[in-house]
Amino acid sequence: MSAATDHIIVQSSRTSRAASIVALLLLATLLAAPWWAGRADLRLFGEIYLYVALACLWNFLAGYAGLVSVGQQAFVGFGGYCLFALAIFLGVHPMAAVPLIFILGTLISIPVAVLIFRLRGAYFAIGTWVIAEVFRLSAAQISALGGGSGTSLPVDIVRAIASSRSGREHAAYWAALAVAILVIASVYLFLRSRQGLALQAIRDNETAAQAMGIDIWRTKFFVYIVTAGLTSAVGALIFLQKLRISPDAAFSVNDWTAFVIFIVVIGGIGTIEGPIIGTIVFFLLRETLADLGSVYLLILGFVAIVVMLRAPSGLWGFVKSRTGIELFPTTRRVEPRRN
Amino acid sequence: MDWVNAVLQGVLLGGLYALFAAGLSLIFGVMRLVNIAHGDFIVLAAFLGLVVTTTLGLHSLVALLIVVPFMALLGYLLQRCVLNQTLGKDILPPLLVTFGLSVIIQNGLLEVFTANPQKLSAGALETASIPLGAGLNAGVLPVLTFAAAVVIIALLQWIFYRTALGRAFRAVSDNQDIAQLMGLNKSHIFGLAMALSMAVIAIAGIFLAVRTSFDPSVGPARLIFGFEAVIIGGLGNLWGTLIGGIILGVSQNIGAQINPGWQLLAGHIAFLVVLAVRPRGLFPRVDG
Repeated sequence: MSAATDHIIVQSSRTSRAASIVALLLLATLLAAPWWAGRADLRLFGEIYLYVALACLWNFLAGYAGLVSVGQQAFVGFGGYCLFALAIFLGVHPMAAVPLIFILGTLISIPVAVLIFRLRGAYFAIGTWVIAEVFRLSAAQISALGGGSGTSLPVDIVRAIASSRSGREHAAYWAALAVAILVIASVYLFLRSRQGLALQAIRDNETAAQAMGIDIWRTKFFVYIVTAGLTSAVGALIFLQKLRISPDAAFSVNDWTAFVIFIVVIGGIGTIEGPIIGTIVFFLLRETLADLGSVYLLILGFVAIVVMLRAPSGLWGFVKSRTGIELFPTTRRVEPRRN
Repeated sequence: MDWVNAVLQGVLLGGLYALFAAGLSLIFGVMRLVNIAHGDFIVLAAFLGLVVTTTLGLHSLVALLIVVPFMALLGYLLQRCVLNQTLGKDILPPLLVTFGLSVIIQNGLLEVFTANPQKLSAGALETASIPLGAGLNAGVLPVLTFAAAVVIIALLQWIFYRTALGRAFRAVSDNQDIAQLMGLNKSHIFGLAMALSMAVIAIAGIFLAVRTSFDPSVGPARLIFGFEAVIIGGLGNLWGTLIGGIILGVSQNIGAQINPGWQLLAGHIAFLVVLAVRPRGLFPRVDG
C-alpha cells in the first residue's frame, strides 16, 4: 500500500506551467489587438483564429477519436446557413444566434452520426462527404435564402451588431478569438478528464479499451456530436465575417476540409499544439504563395503527402520527440511524491 | 411513358456508375485501401483520352488502347513508390495521402487544361440510338457503356476466382503475412491490383468523357457515385455493385423527373435509405 501512495500521477510540468504564463500574456496582447493592429491585420487574425478552431476540432475528431471526416464542411455550412436563417426569418441578433447554432449543430449531427457510424474507417470518411453533399444540395433548394446563388445579410441586421463599421469589426474579431479559445480549452479539458482518458485509450488500443469497460461507440458518438456543434458555431462566425453566403462557398470541401486537414497533418496530428502551429505555417505560406493560385494548392498537397510519409507526427511531433515538451499536457506520468 | 423512359435511362446510367465503382471495390477487397483520388484519376484518364484523340486523331474508343495501359502502369508505379508505404494498421496515412493526391491532380489539371469544360467526341456513335418501340429509344453509347460494365465485372470475377493472379489477390486479402510465407510478394501483388483498378478507371474515364462534358473539378462527385454504388450493392460483391449502380442511376433519374434540382439529392437519399435499412448493403458477401 505504501508503494502506491509514494507516487502521484501528474500531468503538468514546469515547462507547461511556464507556457501557460506566456500564453496568458499572449492572450492579453491579442485581446488588445483592436487598439494596436490595423484593419487588414485584424481581419487576417480573425480568419486565423477561426482556422485554429476548425483545425483543433478536426484534430479532435481524427487524431483522438479516429473518426477521419472529409465532410466537416457540412457543419461549417450548416452553421452559416442557420445564422442567416435565424437572423433574417426570426430576427435573432447574430451574436445571440451563435450559441443557439451550437445546439442546433449538435442536434442535427445526432441522426447523421447514427447513420454514418455504420460505416468504418475510410468508408466513414466518404460517408461524411455524402452528408456534406446532401446538406449543400438541400441548401441550394432554399429559395428564400437565394437558392443556388446565395444571399447577403441585410443591412439592418448588420447594423444591429454595432452601429459603426469598426465596432462591427472589433466584435467579429473578439468573437473569433473567443470561439478559438473556447474550442482549445474544451478539447484540452476534455482530454484531461476521465472521458478524455477513455478516448486516448481507445485510440491506442480499441480492444484493450473495450476490455477495460469503455463504451467505444458512446465515447466516439459524444465526440462527434460535440465537434459538429462547435464546428457549426465556428461556421456561423465565418459567415458573420463574410456577410454573404452561397451553397458552394458554405459547403466548400477545399476551404473547410482540405486546408484544415493539411494544417493538422503538417502541424502534427494527435496533439493540441499541432493544429495551432500548422495554422501559423499555413497562413505564412498563404501570405507568401497565394499569388500562385492553384500551384499553391498543388504545393500544399505535395507537402502534406511528404509529411505523412516521412514525418507522420508532423512539426510538433518532431519537436515533442526530441524534447518531450508538452505545452498542453494531456499525457499522464507517474512521479515520486515530494513533500 | 416519361417514367418508363427515366427508369430505362437510369438503368443504363447505372452501368457507368458500376464502372466507377468496380475499381474502388477491387482495391478495397485486396488491400483495404480506399482511394480518395479515385474520381480524380477517372477525370485524369478522360483528359488523357482528350490528348490522345486530338494529337493522334484517333477515335475516342480506339484511344482506350493507349489510355488503359498508360493508367495501369501509372497505377503500378503509384502503388509501389507511394501507396505501399502507407499501408498498415493505421487507416489515416492512406486516406490522407490519397486525399493529397486528389488535390494535386485537380489543381495540376486546372493548371494544364484550365477550368473550361471539355468533351470527347465519338462521331456518329454519340447520337445513334436503338428504337425500342412505344416511343422509347436507347442510345447506342449508354448501351455500350452498360455492356462494357457487364463484361468488365465478369472479367474481374473470372480473374478473381479462376486465375493464379486472382488466387494471389485473395491470399493477400485474407492474410498478408502467410501469403508472404507462401512465396507471394505482397508489394508486387498490391501493385498489380492497383494497375487493374486503374485500367478500369481508364475505361470509366473514357466513357464518362464521351457521355458528358467534364472539367478538372468533377472528380470527387464520381468518387461519391462509385462509393454509393459499392455500399448499396454490398461490400465485396462485384455483381452487387452493378445493381447498386443501377439503383443509384434509376433514383437520380426519377428524382430529376420530379424536379430537375433533385437529381443528385435523390441518389444520395437512396444511398442513405439503404444505409439506414441494410447497413451491409443489399447483397453483402456471405463470408464477409
